[in-house]
Amino acid sequence: MNDALDVALRLLLVFVVFLTFPLIIGQTEHKVMAHMQGRLGPMYAGGFHGWAQLIADGVKFAQKEDVVPAGADRRIFQLAPAVALLPYLLVLLAIPIGPGEGAVGEVIDAGIFFVLAVMGVGVLGSLMAGWASANKFSLLGGLRTAAQLLAYELPMLLTAASVAMAAGTVSLPGILDAFEWWWLPWQIVGAIVFFVAGLAELQRPPFDMPVADSEIIFGAYTEYTGLRFALFLLAEYAGIVVLCGLTTVLFLGGWHGPWGADGLGWVWTLLKTAVLAFVVIWLRVTYPRLREDQLQKLSWTLLVPLSLTQIALTGIVKVVIQ
Amino acid sequence: MSLAAAAVAAATTTTPPALAAVETRGFLSPTGVEIAFLLVGLVTFGAAIVTVTTRQLVHAALWLVVALGGLAVEYLLLTAEFIAWVQVLIYVGSVVVLLLFGLMLTKAPIGRSPDADSGNRWAALTVAVAAAAALVWVVVDAFRTTWIDLDGPAAGSTKATGESLFQNWVLPFEALSVLLLTALVGAIVLSRKTKTESSSPSVNSRGATGSSSSVPDSRNHPIGRKGQAEQEGAR
Repeated sequence: MNDALDVALRLLLVFVVFLTFPLIIGQTEHKVMAHMQGRLGPMYAGGFHGWAQLIADGVKFAQKEDVVPAGADRRIFQLAPAVALLPYLLVLLAIPIGPGEGAVGEVIDAGIFFVLAVMGVGVLGSLMAGWASANKFSLLGGLRTAAQLLAYELPMLLTAASVAMAAGTVSLPGILDAFEWWWLPWQIVGAIVFFVAGLAELQRPPFDMPVADSEIIFGAYTEYTGLRFALFLLAEYAGIVVLCGLTTVLFLGGWHGPWGADGLGWVWTLLKTAVLAFVVIWLRVTYPRLREDQLQKLSWTLLVPLSLTQIALTGIVKVVIQ
Repeated sequence: MSLAAAAVAAATTTTPPALAAVETRGFLSPTGVEIAFLLVGLVTFGAAIVTVTTRQLVHAALWLVVALGGLAVEYLLLTAEFIAWVQVLIYVGSVVVLLLFGLMLTKAPIGRSPDADSGNRWAALTVAVAAAAALVWVVVDAFRTTWIDLDGPAAGSTKATGESLFQNWVLPFEALSVLLLTALVGAIVLSRKTKTESSSPSVNSRGATGSSSSVPDSRNHPIGRKGQAEQEGAR
């Protein structure tokens, strides 16, 4: 009974994080983007600096009609948002926010493989949406999504493998237990490659060619309205939470911090994740969109060689210090 | 395979073979895991059947996702966690995405494709049944007396898998990597050959029109651009 309660509590907690954190990041994005562009952003909803803007947006989305185009493949069209969103919920389960077994939704032996595998599944949602919409812009968006995933999955995997080599384990809590501060300079190239590749996998600017709103409308999501569209947006922001959390855990030492080790580990995790999320928003405001061939070139000619170099470096250092 | 796995009573490595084993381990002693295994197996099988029988190309690819995901769940139930996640990562995350990419590139229609049937139906069925029979026979013959203790420490954890892979199976592992390398080199050779041949506007340039900007090969660009101009001119 106690075990069941424990599991239920963990699941509930992860679910709450899943529902709130993306909204917090969304609201931060509204405000940060606005201030970076010399605006104020939402100011009225909820009274204080427009804090309730996203709730108001949610209400608006829920009121809208749920349209399925006549020529679309109904069932796949309707299923796609769930396929895009649910994997991120599963990934959140495996991310440890503090030391010990109590601070992770579920300890998974092959944690790195789990998170990368499940994150890859999320992209199927965009592909399904792109194809089932029966719209050429959506189809183009889907194609670009697929090409982008294939290009950026590899550097992501390679850099994650580098961390696993350094730690001697593929379990996420295990990696954090083995973490030392000097891993930071040691794995910094891998960290940057992982973060950039993750951004590309989430299709965030400057890698948002698949949804490029000014040329292919909104890519795979062109035909979506109301709640289903909101689910895709939620998936994007949940993806930011997951990517920043993963980068924190794999490369920035998660709950390790210079001080306050006892009981405050989760604060460090959240702080680092928040800083990374800020960087994600910052990049969106400051960088122009990469063209599709530039996207591919960046991955194959820069990120893949860099991640291979990182693996070689990790291997050499690992052998030397043993 | 389901036979080898459905038999999951308490196993000890020291039990004398044959009769004693038969007494303690039935093939159908329904523990929760076994029932789950059988049900997931049925779903996987059903999805696989639909994959090859449906007339809708993209649906077939998506049913393939269900079948491959079902297999991953089976691995999980057999405690082979590492293999399960790698299965999802490689097959669902990459192979099916590649498949869908190909289908989208060739503009798979929504709804039934009447020409999706092949005249080789019976030959294909024969080959498939023969291959399945051979595989089932080999697996059953090889693992009939192997028992997995589901209650003990995970027999398929990352550590265990890695140790057996790099201690007992290094040679096949390396041979496989050479095979993959060969395939890679072959693919490069093939793509280079088509590039030199398609200097005149051909089938290849038509293929690149629909997606000139998303073909992940920058070498194709002159062709792609020409194709695009053609298409715009046609409009």
